[in-house]
Amino acid sequence: MQIRPILSTLRHHKLTAILLTLQVAFTCAIVCNVVFMVAQRVQRISVPTGIAENELSAIHSRGIEKGENVQARHVADLAALRAIPGVRSAVAVSYSLPLNQSESSSGMCPSKQALDRAIQRNSIDGSGCVQPALYDGTPGLIATLGLHLAAGRDFLPDEYVSKGKPAVAIITRALAQKLYPGRSALGQSMYDGDNFFRVVGIVDTLLRPALSKPGVDGDSMIWPQRPDGSSVTYVLRSAPQDRQRVLKAAEAALLQASSNRIIDPKQMQTYTQIRNAYFQRDTTMIGLLIASVLGLLFVTALGIAGLANFWVQQRTRSIGIRRAIGATRGDILRYFQTENLLIVTVGIVLGVLLAVLMNLLLMTHYELPRLPLWYLPIGAAVLWALGQLSVLSPALRAAQVPPVVATRSV
Amino acid sequence: MFGYYLDLALRSLKRTPILTGLMVLAIGLGIGASMTMLTVLHVMTDDPLPGRSSHLYVPHLNPLPLKGNFFANGYDPSDHLTWPDAMALLNAQSARRQSAMAAGHLLVRPSAVGMRSFYVDGRYTTADFFTMFGVPFERGSSWSAADDAAGAHVVVLADSLARKLFGGTDAVGKMVRMGENDLRVIGVTTNWQPSPLFYADSRTKRYSDRDLFFLPLSTAVDLNLGTDGNVDSWGKMPNGDMRSATTTWLQFWVQLDTPTQVAAYRQFLIDYSAQQKSLGRFQRPATNARLYSLMGWLVHENLVPGDVRLQMWLALGFLLVCMVNVMALLLAKFLRRSGEISVRRALGARRRDIFVQFGIESAVIGVAGGVLGVLIAELGLWSVRHRPDDYAHIARMDASMLLTTLALAVFASMIAGLLPAWRACRVAPALQLKTL
Repeated sequence: MQIRPILSTLRHHKLTAILLTLQVAFTCAIVCNVVFMVAQRVQRISVPTGIAENELSAIHSRGIEKGENVQARHVADLAALRAIPGVRSAVAVSYSLPLNQSESSSGMCPSKQALDRAIQRNSIDGSGCVQPALYDGTPGLIATLGLHLAAGRDFLPDEYVSKGKPAVAIITRALAQKLYPGRSALGQSMYDGDNFFRVVGIVDTLLRPALSKPGVDGDSMIWPQRPDGSSVTYVLRSAPQDRQRVLKAAEAALLQASSNRIIDPKQMQTYTQIRNAYFQRDTTMIGLLIASVLGLLFVTALGIAGLANFWVQQRTRSIGIRRAIGATRGDILRYFQTENLLIVTVGIVLGVLLAVLMNLLLMTHYELPRLPLWYLPIGAAVLWALGQLSVLSPALRAAQVPPVVATRSV
Repeated sequence: MFGYYLDLALRSLKRTPILTGLMVLAIGLGIGASMTMLTVLHVMTDDPLPGRSSHLYVPHLNPLPLKGNFFANGYDPSDHLTWPDAMALLNAQSARRQSAMAAGHLLVRPSAVGMRSFYVDGRYTTADFFTMFGVPFERGSSWSAADDAAGAHVVVLADSLARKLFGGTDAVGKMVRMGENDLRVIGVTTNWQPSPLFYADSRTKRYSDRDLFFLPLSTAVDLNLGTDGNVDSWGKMPNGDMRSATTTWLQFWVQLDTPTQVAAYRQFLIDYSAQQKSLGRFQRPATNARLYSLMGWLVHENLVPGDVRLQMWLALGFLLVCMVNVMALLLAKFLRRSGEISVRRALGARRRDIFVQFGIESAVIGVAGGVLGVLIAELGLWSVRHRPDDYAHIARMDASMLLTTLALAVFASMIAGLLPAWRACRVAPALQLKTL
């Protein structure tokens, strides 16, 4: 295929060709960046929590009776909940569950020296101390949440406290590695400034209630502290398909046990709902981003096809002449395909540069990492394919132009 | 001539229906996407109190110690005031009106039989709140400065809460049990909901929450009702004592009517900070004291989420690609009519005439694209309203945004048509006529 005649034709349509090139370039740049953003969000929403997500549900209750013995209330409530058919286990927590946004955290130091360092620097950064999320709950929490104990043991019944701070804790593997790098965390004592907490167990994963940075999202610790307020969240474990029914039954059982409480229907959710609510903005954004990529590709494909169609009509006579002097249908087809390939290729080269620039711009305004370079060849391939697909039908029509057209006048 | 060019444009567009359809579709999609996001941004940054907002200001003091990490929660604790500072500003009476306030969340125990207790959101505030913000009353009135000083057990209810508690009867004078206390209803406000709820702090869903009760701040502190807003302490927290000098939790608004008053108040804040610094309470420079206007405060509070801004830029990028697309198609279309142009030029049409003719043709595409764009934007806004975000329900297009949409569509297509029309009017007639 000779490029020279194509180039000389394009020189006649310089401005139009430049505009099409620009459109391809912008599309390429935007598509690369948007697809990257989609990948970022997908990665964010697929983070594992470490708990048996599809078997859990949670119901919140707030007692409004003054002077009620809350500990006795919780024990009675839990007994009523465990009696519901289908409930395999039930525990009470104060408020924290992974991804439910109710977080309490506390500075924990591997030793007293590390705490002194933190105080001296007036900052927790670089002192060796960490700020993990705190989870509490009644006995059976580890089993009910379905956490996997990687080392050590669960809490013993006499380790649970209702008031004050307990003496032991179970921490996540991520937290253990941060506090005690290179050695076993089991048996070590963490210090929060007032008390020491001996690490008795390590769980694989337990995500925080609220995510901030990937590096700290897995830093959690559990301590054997029973909830001690009139506001409490009960966590129920059941078969996945039973959860809605179990929640309804739980509301009825709790109100029957004591009607002096408020159960907010909005805080009566399966864990799947809690998780979806946390990532709702991300899922909306993913949908929007994908829609905008498809919209862009659609408009660009229409533009390429529309222009090619137009050019075929315009050049019908010269196509006829070429056919009359010996060009085959394949030659005509390849002519238009090559022309498109040239325009799109130049557009892609520009687009790749624009994509990198756009990414640098986005990095300054949003928390977005650098665009991995392998997105660029993939974006280029998509646009090449799109260009060839959209030009195919007009090019085929051009190939159908009979040589006899050459003999007709305009 | 306009009618003639319009006729020419319509004929020309009708001759190539597919190409015309493509161009209208491209403009429509680009405009529809952009206007959806511009409308969302427009309603989110709208003036919550038209007419009053230009006189409302927020004083900003900085009592934070020099050392320490105060931004862990994503906002600045000095955006709120401590109790001693708020009381000092309140008692100084340096502004025309001033009011301190904080969010409340209280259990209401209805006296009516068979009605369950429920929680409501409201505001602890001071007397000037109602006159300063122009809260309209349906019955009764607000409390006085004397009630503030005495910590009177009174409450103002919003219309919907009064109706829920007392049905159709007049609520004024009745008692309502909130938390563990009996409060006397002295007023009922009409449905009043500024959007955004500018005076609330960042814990509030400022586009959907509203206050259903108002009670004196001093009463709330006396009764230890606790606040539902952000509370930040540094130093040793004195066991939840809201009067602590090292705990910020109060919002404060002032009304200043003239530029002189604004300048005087700004100076007053600096003088106050300097005085507190000399007393050893403040550690930062006195000139850190600031006075925000209402709209300036909303910008400072950063109400529009980053995602919404990103969506807007994405939509504008999309519009740009659509415009380049239309530009290329128009150029091809106009240049194909070089013969026609040359004949018109040879018969005496000036370059300007050709330019105007094609300009009108682009504008026609813009009008059609604008109409399509309005439909697409309505569809887009409908989908925004179905998001669970708290701003979702206000995403509606008003008349001004509708006109903006059409204007933007015509403007965009004219811009897109500019280059092709210019190129078309520079066609050399002689060269084209020869080939005919």
